Order: sequence, then structure tokens, then C-alpha cells
Amino acid sequence: MTTQSIIKVKNLIGGYGEEVILNNINFDVKESEILVILGGSGCGKSTLLRHMVGLNRPMGGNIYVDGVDIASCHDAEFKKTLKKIGILFQGAALFGSMTVAENIALPILEYTDLPKKSIKNLIRMKLSLVELDGYENHLPFELSGGMKKRAGLARALAINPKILFLDEPSAGLDPITSAEIDQLILHINKVLGTTVVIVTHELASIFAVAQRVVMLDKKKKGIIAEGDPKFLKQHSENETVKAFFNRTSKSAIQPDRN
Amino acid sequence: MSFPSENVPFQYELIENKMGDVTILLKGRMDKEAAGTFLRQIHKLIKSKVSSSLSVDIESLNYFDDYGALALMEIKECIKSIDKQFKLIGTNDRVISILNLFDRNLQAPNDIKTPPTTRNPLVLVGESSLKHFFNIRYMLSFVGSVALAFLQIIIHPKSLRYGDTLTCMEKTGVAAVPIVGLISFLLGLIMAFMSSIQLQQFGANIYVASLVAIAMVSELGPIMTAIVVAGRSGSAFAAEIGTMKISEEVDALYTMGFNPTLFLAVPRIVASLIVVPILALFSDIFAIAGGLTVGVLMLDLTASSYISQTIETLTLFEVTWGLMKSMVFALLISWVGCLRGFQVRGGAAAVGNAATSAVVTSIFLIILFDSLFAIIRTYWG
Repeated sequence: MTTQSIIKVKNLIGGYGEEVILNNINFDVKESEILVILGGSGCGKSTLLRHMVGLNRPMGGNIYVDGVDIASCHDAEFKKTLKKIGILFQGAALFGSMTVAENIALPILEYTDLPKKSIKNLIRMKLSLVELDGYENHLPFELSGGMKKRAGLARALAINPKILFLDEPSAGLDPITSAEIDQLILHINKVLGTTVVIVTHELASIFAVAQRVVMLDKKKKGIIAEGDPKFLKQHSENETVKAFFNRTSKSAIQPDRN
Repeated sequence: MSFPSENVPFQYELIENKMGDVTILLKGRMDKEAAGTFLRQIHKLIKSKVSSSLSVDIESLNYFDDYGALALMEIKECIKSIDKQFKLIGTNDRVISILNLFDRNLQAPNDIKTPPTTRNPLVLVGESSLKHFFNIRYMLSFVGSVALAFLQIIIHPKSLRYGDTLTCMEKTGVAAVPIVGLISFLLGLIMAFMSSIQLQQFGANIYVASLVAIAMVSELGPIMTAIVVAGRSGSAFAAEIGTMKISEEVDALYTMGFNPTLFLAVPRIVASLIVVPILALFSDIFAIAGGLTVGVLMLDLTASSYISQTIETLTLFEVTWGLMKSMVFALLISWVGCLRGFQVRGGAAAVGNAATSAVVTSIFLIILFDSLFAIIRTYWG
């Protein structure tokens, strides 16, 4: 396994409109690793993800995805880069008017020239990978939350992206389904060698899948910790990091015992 | 298999021996770009060349993923279908783990459920009748639910959401004045102009005023207004409520103890009942103004004679009849709009369908009720 960086974020300034949410962010994502971006609500995790996949242009700095600076590249180059990434949105973002199979076929039809029969087989493979065998002809509203996530994951994996971005993959799921999704992520990473970038604040998921974490903070508008989550939990000096990993309240509200 | 450089393009070579054994040697990068072309070519080659067995050598591949696995699977299936031997050479752990990923599928029979293309016409008739039956049943139950909500408002007037009603009156009424005014003015203009061509031959120019007044006040004013409101607001009601339905806002209302009909439908219905007749009145006035313009500029009538002829022709009954009709139309439009909104199930496309259906159904009902009114009036008068 190479340890080359596949994503490099340099001096990134990000936010919406005039409001700066992320200030001077620097970090790398190594090839074939699972990196978790974490932090409390409103710290800019999702904003960072939106910048990394090119949905929002940053106010400053560079984001190199597989060597291309998506903050400043041309449209043609950007489109090429998009082929290398797959995204699972928080609500799965399946197209409601299409069946699960049609949803997955969309990127395959756009980016490959497979014959129709092979596309059908490939869709079956992808669905089997996310353990949704037999759900080809279901419409998204007929699926449960966990199944929608899986179908979204199958669509994100449709053209075998080098990098997979997952926005809160286990949000709103029961612990068992959530653990299954975690296993699936590990499996995909191991077998296909896909680099995975996850945004989440679910502690159980973080410890289950993360090889490295990048922790953001709302007040500092930047990274306050980076490294192995187990190490950070035990050895971090930072109050916020400690409170996050140990699930304690930082403001330490004492219950009134009188 | 090593991964020295992932950028070597994909190539394949066919090696035949005299026994009829064929080996396909795969080299380079077997990815999503390569798989399509390869698969398109290989099926024909296999069927024409393989006579006893086929070996696929993947040792020289430097990139392999599930697209490659797909290609191998399809080759295997193709070979099996012509009863020949298949062998894979040069696998390693990584390849095997990718193949295992889909192993269940490699063995799985073709059991994808595809909906049958031809269906029994009896089943189709039955399904469609059931659909219509449930649709009509829902419509009737919605009539009941609206009636109950109105009853509640009569008993407890405070339960009407006045703020929402006023906003809705503004959106449905005030904002529609310019378009209703323009359309009616032009309609009056056209009517006066077209009728004057005939009436001029008899020197009956002055009756243009009567014609425009009667036609607009009792028929076209209410209908044109209703059609504009159906297009502007009926569709908006359906889309608003439909969107709330799919984002579970309606469910949230219900669980908080609100009656969704009272909360969402009644303000819209009340607002429409108030503003649509007023809009119809505006429509009448603008149309008469349109007729007046033609009368004064082209038919040598004076403004005062045109107006006095109009007043003479119109009776209070005529005006009230028109307004009453437009109240009924208002009820139909807002009821259908809300109904279609509440019927939404699914996603974004369903909201679009609801909006379309709201407009089509309400225009149909407007014309239907207008003909009923025409019949009633004929036998009444």
C-alpha cells in the first residue's frame, strides 16, 4: 500500500457567502486510508466536505484531489476529477422518480460504454455488495432509512471511484444497521482499495472505522486535533477533544442536589 | 500481480493452440473504461474461436476491480452456455477477494424480478377501476373533512388561522389583479371588436356594450378568473401541501394535535372564497373598459352612452349570479388544489404531478359546473 497523498487541502478558507466557517485548514488524505472528519454540530464538517467535492468554491486556498486543484481548475478538468469521486449524501439523495437500479445505472451509462446486459449484471453486483439483493425495481420511497443509505452507497460506488465521500453515513440509523454500514465501509476499503473520507460525529463509528481523524472546532474555525482516534482519546491535552471522545459536557453543569 | 504503474492501457491477446484451446492474455489496466469495449468484442471472439476450452490469464494485469470481475463473470457464463471449459490463471489474493465479493452472484441464477411486459386486460381494467374507486372515496372523505373543519370554524371562529388566511388572500387575490385585469381588458376589446363587425351592418353599434356586459358578467368574467386562479394558485396549493407531505411536515402537524385540514386547507379555501369573486368583479370592470375603448375609438360611441347602455343591460341578478358562480369555482379550485396536495406520496415527481393534476381537474370541474349553472338558469328563468 502506498502512502501517497490523494487529497491535499492547503490553507483552505471556507464558508458560505461572506461568513467564514473554516479558516486556514491544512491536511492530507493518504491513498487507501479511511479518514474521519469529526467535530461538534456547526463546526463546518459538512462545509469542508462540500468544498472537497467541489459543490462550493472555497474563498481561498487550494484543494488538490488526485493532483488537480479543484478550487481553481477548468470545468473540463473538474468533470474528469468528478469521475474519481463518489459521494453518499446524508439523506442518500436517491432520485425519487427512478428505481434503485435506474439510480445506480445513471453514472454507469454516463461514464462507461458497457453493453446493457453487463450493466444489469454490474448493478446486481453493486447491490449485492451493499446487501440489497433483489431491490432493483423498488422506488426509493419504498425503502427504509438504512436501505436508502445502502442504495446511495451502491450508486456512489457505481463507477468505482478512487475516493468515496460519506456524509453522516450512520446518522439516524439503529446501532445494528449502523454497525453493518461500518463493516461495509471497511470491506469496500479493504477489497477495492478505495480511499474513504467520512464526516460523522458518531463515536462508535469513528472507533470502528477510522484509521485517522481530523477534528474541527467551531470556535477556532480550524483543526484542533489530527491522528489516531484511540491515541487522541487517551493522550490529548485539548479540553474539547477530551470532552468529545469521552462524551462529557465541557461546561460541566453540576446538577443541583438540593 | 503487481501495481508498478497503473497507467498502462488495457490490451488483450488471443493465443490458440492446435487442440482448440484458447488462452486470453490480459495486460494493463482493466477498469471501467476498458471493460465495456473488451466485453463488446470478446463475446463474438469466444463463440467463433473456442472449440474445447478457454483460459484467461490475468497475471499481467496491473489494475483489477469489480468491472474486471464483471468481465470475467460474463466470459465464464458465455463459455458455460456453449458447454466448454473455463479456467482462470494468475489469480492472487486480491483478485480472489474481489471475485468473492460477487461470488453469490456468479452462482445465482437469473432471478431478477422484471415486471411482465404484457398484462391481462382484465387485470388492467380491475386495477384501474380500483384506483378510481379509491380516488373518489378519498375525494368524498376530503369533502367531509373540509365540511367538519368549516363546522368547527363556525362554532369556534378563533380556530381559523387568520394570519395564514390573509397571506393567502394576498397571494391568490392581490397578486393576481394585474394578470386578470390584462386578460379581461383584452378579452373585452376582442369581443367588442369582433361583434362590431356584425352589428355595424345593422347600425346597432350601441348593442356592443350590452353584448360585452352580459357575456362578461354572467359567463366569461367568472370563468376566465377561475382559470387564471386555478393556474396560479390551485397548482401552488397542491405543490405547497405536497412538499409538506413528503417532508413529513403534515405528519408533524398531525402528531402535534393539529388537524391538517383545518391548518392547511381551510385558510386557503376561505381566502379563495373571499378573493375570487372580487377578482371576478375586477375582471368584469376591466372587460367593460376594454369594450368601451373599442366603442369610443372605432364605433363613434360616446363614453357616456356606452356606460349608460351597459348599466341598462345589467341587472343586479346578473351580477350576483356571476359572483355566486365564481364563489363556487373558488371552492372547487381550492378544494382540488388542497386535495391533490394531500394525496402526494413519493418524491419530487409526485409533487409535480399533483400540481398538474390540480390544474387539469379544477379546469374540468369549472367547465362542468358552469354547464350545470347554464342548465339550472334555463329552467329557472
